[in-house]
Amino acid sequence: MNRAARFLLALSLAATSLLALAVDPNPINLKAGVFDPPQPAAEFPAGVHATDQGDLTLARWHGKVVLLVFGFTHCPAVCPTTLATLAQARKLLGPDAAAMQVVYVTVDPERDDLAHVRDYLAGFDRSFVGGTGQPPVLAELRRRYGATAQKIPPAGGGADYGMSHSTTIWLIDRAGRLRALMPFGHSAEDFAHDVRQLTALK
Amino acid sequence: MKAWTLASWTLAAAASAVVGWAAFAPLSVDSRDEPFEIPKGTWARRMAGNKVEILPQRIDLTLGLNDQLLLRNLDDVPQQFGPVLVMPGQSFRLPFEKASTYSFDCTAHASGQMTIVVADAPVTPWERIVWRWERLRKKTRA
Repeated sequence: MNRAARFLLALSLAATSLLALAVDPNPINLKAGVFDPPQPAAEFPAGVHATDQGDLTLARWHGKVVLLVFGFTHCPAVCPTTLATLAQARKLLGPDAAAMQVVYVTVDPERDDLAHVRDYLAGFDRSFVGGTGQPPVLAELRRRYGATAQKIPPAGGGADYGMSHSTTIWLIDRAGRLRALMPFGHSAEDFAHDVRQLTALK
Repeated sequence: MKAWTLASWTLAAAASAVVGWAAFAPLSVDSRDEPFEIPKGTWARRMAGNKVEILPQRIDLTLGLNDQLLLRNLDDVPQQFGPVLVMPGQSFRLPFEKASTYSFDCTAHASGQMTIVVADAPVTPWERIVWRWERLRKKTRA
């Protein structure tokens, strides 16, 4: 290969690399909805207590892919389905599950104290960490993520109210960036796929 | 009379050609995105008391053609698009892989819900004609 050909080859390789970087330095193909560009996920406000220890902060899981869920333990359908799906996703991931952390924050602090949330989550997967706190603190956390929650009075009176709440799952990458949002109803395979993709990101 | 007949035949042939094309030509799109944008100044307009609706209550998508919802926030403040909080200058792309009806919480709508109906790609000639017609109607409305 003569000098001119070598120069042209080097030039084309450099141009290709630059183009690849310009298009997307971190190409991902998720089943979830993707934010572009990703931005740092909002830190939790002080006063959200964790079911395992101390305050619940996002910084604790730097280096892991965090799946953030808002729900309540009296939820009849959405929460059990979501948590069972996430537990199944962890099984599918095998040893890679160590890179995934499910965080479940209640929208019903009136009934969900720490012990109750802890016992509830243990029924799905002992690695799941829950959070609860004073209503204004939890409302502020939901505001930061655009999540919603609303009390539904019992149809026939009584004390057994329901809660309408966001059913999507927030996916935060290992560097603490809010990457994606998975709508309710996706399979464990989809979650495992996305966690693998996010784990592979630099 | 002869010219009149010839014109009629030409028109009929042209119409047949258009319908034939609409029924049998493969469907293609430039992008699979179905975009919705919050323009700059939306927040200010809302603060001024104007009603600004970006997302319709129902969105129709078609698998393999326009099956990615793309939400762009061009405003200067975070905006809630249905269930998604999108930061200024940020976009959110949600792909769909299964034909179904999806309901999302959406405080912007009186019902509190936004519905996305994802249909299978048209297969029969009639379905292709209907899809093209709807696409044309949407483009002319925009």
